[in-house]
Amino acid sequence: MQAHERISAAIVAANDSGRPGLVPFITAGYPKPADFITTLKAIAAMGDVVELGIPFSDPMADGMTIQRSSFEALRQGVSLKWIFDQLDSASGEIKAPLVMMSYLNPLLAFGYDELADRALAAGVCGFIVPDLPFEESGDFRAALESKGLGLIQLVTPATPEERLRTLCDASRGFVYAVTITGITGGDAGLPADLTDYLDKVASISSLPVCAGFGIRTADDVAAVGKHAAGAIVGSALVEVLEGGDDPQPYLRSLIGQ
Amino acid sequence: MSSLLQADEASALLAAAIRGELPDERGRFGPFGGRYVPETLVPAFERLEAGVREHLHDPRFQAEFRKELHEWVGRPTALTFAPRLSKRWGAEVWLKREDLAHTGAHKINNAIGQAILAKRLGAKRIIAETGAGQHGVASAAACARVGLPCSVYMGSVDMERQAPNVDRMLRLGAEVVAVESGDKTLRAAIDEALRTWVTDPEGIYYLLGSAVGAHPYPYLVRELQSVIGEEARQQMIDLAGGLPDVAFACVGGGSNAIGLFYPLLGDDIELIGVEAGGTGDGLGQNAATLATGTPGVLQGSYTIILQDDDGQVQETHSISAGLDYSGVGPEHALLQATGRVTYISAQDDEALEALEELCASEGILTALETSHAFAAARDYARQHPGARILIGNSGRGDKDMPTLTKYPARIRNHASA
Repeated sequence: MQAHERISAAIVAANDSGRPGLVPFITAGYPKPADFITTLKAIAAMGDVVELGIPFSDPMADGMTIQRSSFEALRQGVSLKWIFDQLDSASGEIKAPLVMMSYLNPLLAFGYDELADRALAAGVCGFIVPDLPFEESGDFRAALESKGLGLIQLVTPATPEERLRTLCDASRGFVYAVTITGITGGDAGLPADLTDYLDKVASISSLPVCAGFGIRTADDVAAVGKHAAGAIVGSALVEVLEGGDDPQPYLRSLIGQ
Repeated sequence: MSSLLQADEASALLAAAIRGELPDERGRFGPFGGRYVPETLVPAFERLEAGVREHLHDPRFQAEFRKELHEWVGRPTALTFAPRLSKRWGAEVWLKREDLAHTGAHKINNAIGQAILAKRLGAKRIIAETGAGQHGVASAAACARVGLPCSVYMGSVDMERQAPNVDRMLRLGAEVVAVESGDKTLRAAIDEALRTWVTDPEGIYYLLGSAVGAHPYPYLVRELQSVIGEEARQQMIDLAGGLPDVAFACVGGGSNAIGLFYPLLGDDIELIGVEAGGTGDGLGQNAATLATGTPGVLQGSYTIILQDDDGQVQETHSISAGLDYSGVGPEHALLQATGRVTYISAQDDEALEALEELCASEGILTALETSHAFAAARDYARQHPGARILIGNSGRGDKDMPTLTKYPARIRNHASA
């Protein structure tokens, strides 16, 4: 099984057990770098796939929570190299497939080939790059595919149907369906016409579709879970962590356990 | 940075640039440029690109744009000979007076052009970012002129050092949104404007103020600002009797510099862009992106940026808010890589000194941004006696008074003279 297929398989396995796949997001090294691996293990024990945010100085698609976590992690010296070193040290102890969410520039600076090598060794199965549209992604996609890693495409309510087909076809692991026309961390609730949109993406995609942005509660997860294979929970979880709370009861509550 | 391109590749790209063939259909200036934006904005950028293709060179758009430049902006701006400065420097110094354009800087050329475009594209409202406040003021004025609501995103650090411009924007009917995230300067303001655009990509038109960002902005802004160089070139022939030996412009994002340089690329004129050297050469002490930066992706474009080894974009320092930016327009990155334009820097204190000298010798209070170009031109004149020098005087310095008052003016007594 190629690395990116582990992502799809984990979501499908959750669905087979009668619930939506849960994809928790954390900013690597936040709130405390020293707790990174402990936190990651706790999250990975609950999540089917874990999305790991790589801090960046200019997180232009993110709201205040992820911005805050990103700047604070950077201030405390978190870097991609450091994250890989930490993951290597926990090798074998984290079962859930990992997906890295990073803006493009830290990946460019790291170098695509070395990045793919280290990602594979560290248990990272795929990447989400919010400022890398499909048209610019050729080099990066090739570097990932040579190692069996997936580049997960985002689609949004603003994506025209023809483009939606292109993106669903190009995606690996799952298709990331952005629920809102906006940035991460919204608390305005999920849009009313979400179900039609998610049904449409699901009908086009051969991969599981995971919905993200603005998902905070068990009701949200249940609502998107009827129309998508999985739910991505980011800012709300980061807020639990920055409050110093145990993330497991929160994550358990999201899937009604 | 010329090592980024092979020699034959560099000369082919420069020839293409001079022929007007860049950016290419992918929005690239050679290796630089492109479109690195969130998926939500991709359709908005495609609509903008189609709109630019349809309208920008349409005779009706051009007629309206040129009419507004003439009747509302006050173009053509003057070309001014600087006799006392010429004598002091031992050179022949000419100034392209963008400070005389409406609202006091070259920014208005782009702002009114894009505001007219936004109207044609059916935008409901306009957002803009600003550093020094000049683009914010220009956008506020242009939006009032075309009748669209305008929100300007401005870093809180910049709001403090450019307070008079904040008040001007408010009076011109704009909403000014203080940006408290990131470095609280221009870069954070652009990030925040992009975040806002993502919330309503169909209704909002983003009026970007410099020749930076994702395609088609670097192209669009260059086309709207090229009026500077087109006018200056003809005025030099008419008034100075010939083209200059060298032209100087300050470079932050690089809109006034590309506007001046682009129409001169094919001429035998040395072109020198001057970045902010801040207080020194260390990372974080300056905004000399092209001099000390490396290739990377920032805010939608592959260009030269100030970053650390991990690809984190670095904060900058300059006495001038308008140059205080960690990136630079992708076309400048190409012009540097091809060797056609030389990019150097002037430090804060050199810019201040040049500002004083221009005030005293020609009666022109120039912007702190522009002062960097004067500082570099003076050094050049020392090494090239008699050179005919054209300086892009990109804006007026009135908005810098809060900064300048920290450096008290010399008190003179003329009664005994």
